Amino acid sequence: MRKLLFESLIRPPLTERPPLASSTAVDELARALDGAAHKRLGRSLSIRAVDAGSCNGCELEMHALNNAFYDIERFGIRFVASPRHADVLLVTGPVTKNMREALKLTYDATPNPKWVVALGDCAGNGGCFAGSYAVVRGVSEALPVDLHIPGCPPPPIEILKGLLALLEGVNSKTGAARR
Amino acid sequence: MPGLIDLILAGQRVENHFPWSRAVVTPKKWGFAVEQLAEGHWSLLGLWGEPGAVHMALLDESAGDIGVASLECPSGRYPSVGRLHPPALRLERAAADLFGLLPQGAPDTRQWLDHGHWGVSYPLSTRVRTSAATAFPYSFLPAEGESLHQIPVGPVHAGIIEPGHFRFTASGETVVRLEQRLGYAHKGIEGLMAGSDIDRAAKLAGRTSGDSTVAYSLAFARAVEAALGVQVPPRAVWLRALMAELERLANHLGDIGAICNDAAFALMHAHCGVLRERVLRASDAAFGHRLMRDCIVPGGVASFLSDEGTTALRSLIAEIRQRFPALVELYDNTASLQDRTVATGRLKVELARQYRAGGYVGRASGRDFDARRNLAYPPYGELAFDVPLLQEGDVNARVWIRIHEVEQSLSLIEQVLRQLPDGPIRVDFAQTNRSHEGMALVEGFRGDILAWLRIGKGGLVERCHLRDPSWFQWPLLEAAIEGNIVADFPLCNKSFNCSYSGHDL
Repeated sequence: MRKLLFESLIRPPLTERPPLASSTAVDELARALDGAAHKRLGRSLSIRAVDAGSCNGCELEMHALNNAFYDIERFGIRFVASPRHADVLLVTGPVTKNMREALKLTYDATPNPKWVVALGDCAGNGGCFAGSYAVVRGVSEALPVDLHIPGCPPPPIEILKGLLALLEGVNSKTGAARR
Repeated sequence: MPGLIDLILAGQRVENHFPWSRAVVTPKKWGFAVEQLAEGHWSLLGLWGEPGAVHMALLDESAGDIGVASLECPSGRYPSVGRLHPPALRLERAAADLFGLLPQGAPDTRQWLDHGHWGVSYPLSTRVRTSAATAFPYSFLPAEGESLHQIPVGPVHAGIIEPGHFRFTASGETVVRLEQRLGYAHKGIEGLMAGSDIDRAAKLAGRTSGDSTVAYSLAFARAVEAALGVQVPPRAVWLRALMAELERLANHLGDIGAICNDAAFALMHAHCGVLRERVLRASDAAFGHRLMRDCIVPGGVASFLSDEGTTALRSLIAEIRQRFPALVELYDNTASLQDRTVATGRLKVELARQYRAGGYVGRASGRDFDARRNLAYPPYGELAFDVPLLQEGDVNARVWIRIHEVEQSLSLIEQVLRQLPDGPIRVDFAQTNRSHEGMALVEGFRGDILAWLRIGKGGLVERCHLRDPSWFQWPLLEAAIEGNIVADFPLCNKSFNCSYSGHDL
């Protein structure tokens, strides 16, 4: 183990350069956050992930955000274990009818101010599952959505861009609008 | 003793069912098949319904035969398989929820996928009923004894995990009973597939379980090709195997780290996470998508694999070969980690056999089955690989099976890259108006995935059933956790890593 730890000390880091916040996400947020002052979060964002019936693809890429390449915690963004600790609900899946109630309860358990990010194509409008007897058409049918990050699944770097836009947007509405 | 093939021959053979046979059997023969299952002579590959009929896919391991027995039940009732053969229970409960097919004599008739929220009952039957969308009460199985307490967990979990509910009954720290309640991720995939064209159904199949998107696309494509008699070009066959092994590699690497992380050993997690990311990036370079979603299509594959892609894969293999052995040594020589994984969550050999547990869950508990070897679907018949096998059945054994499978997949990828033939990667196939049925069994990273379908008028999918390996692994997790401490559940759960979405469909 010592050898491995030592190697990690002398090898250059794997971590990617920080990406710019997604400009479409910034625009979307500028609209969503209109009229409110959001200097509330400092530079941190706590995320509670809720799988509302995804195929698990989005979860895999969310996990990847924690690996050495993306290292999401360097931006002050972290995944938390309870909605009580969260600023953001990151919701995946088309929202199955069997999960709708649990999703709403999770939202209610999240303290204000809070934001909802819909992750992945099916979280947007149900994607290829739209029209089924067992799903509603995306997260916005169940909760007010502040930002949608598309993709099937979105690669980690796209998720990161969206979340950075959220962080910028909620900290300074003007900052988000200026870009 | 009559074999599976005799059962099929005695029934009314269904035309155009490939590559194995399907026969409509009498209730008596159905009962005989159930006995064979209960006595352990045959194993159950799947059980699914459609309006007015129930189907059971069977495997006779000693003879190497596979067949489908169908029982017509216009009244909606059929003799329960789960009554004598418990692995069928949840499949029967699912068929009851979707088709209103009632297994007679089944010991457990609680709803499974239907939680009362759909607004319809029996959505896939011919007698769909609208109903008020109110949650059903669900009674968990009792546990009796002094000072027992219950711990409800989920469907929203603490980590980044799929939704499901676990009801623990514990005596102090020790788990007395675990009962799962699943179905939260039910999207109605089989309902969406019915009446879809093949392209759309293939997309849905690839979104059944995100971590197995290659394996599902492959199973679906092979079933379509079996039904329609399509010959896939050799290069596509080999590229498919390449993708399947990359997917296996990525999942095993990620999970070996994640299991160690659940034993609070983050160093392994960090290093395995780097290797997993390397696999995903190389897959992206080679096939244009990190998870290789929609890269396998009926008739072939969607991307060619350029020289740059090949180079990316070769350097990936070199990197993993260089870095992985040190991680294996770290796992093997860290006493605090071994203390958590050895003898934890032991799955008995007999149970693994009875439930015909697939993948590393079965192979860590003495069940020597791998569809790549036992069925040798192409190109695996031309590739050299070992199927690792252990008897201990604990978390440690499941980790070791995965470690060995990483090594095997590395070798398989090298072999494929060496032998990859040139030529076209996709064929078109003719539309048909006759009814064709096809079936495939494909080894995903988690175990064997069954796909069965019927293509009908206008080349549309009439009925498709996908059976995830998790159907036979979830119940075993309930058994494996018994007598362990609650704090070891995440560890045991991750070492099984059953799919929620693949199971819930």
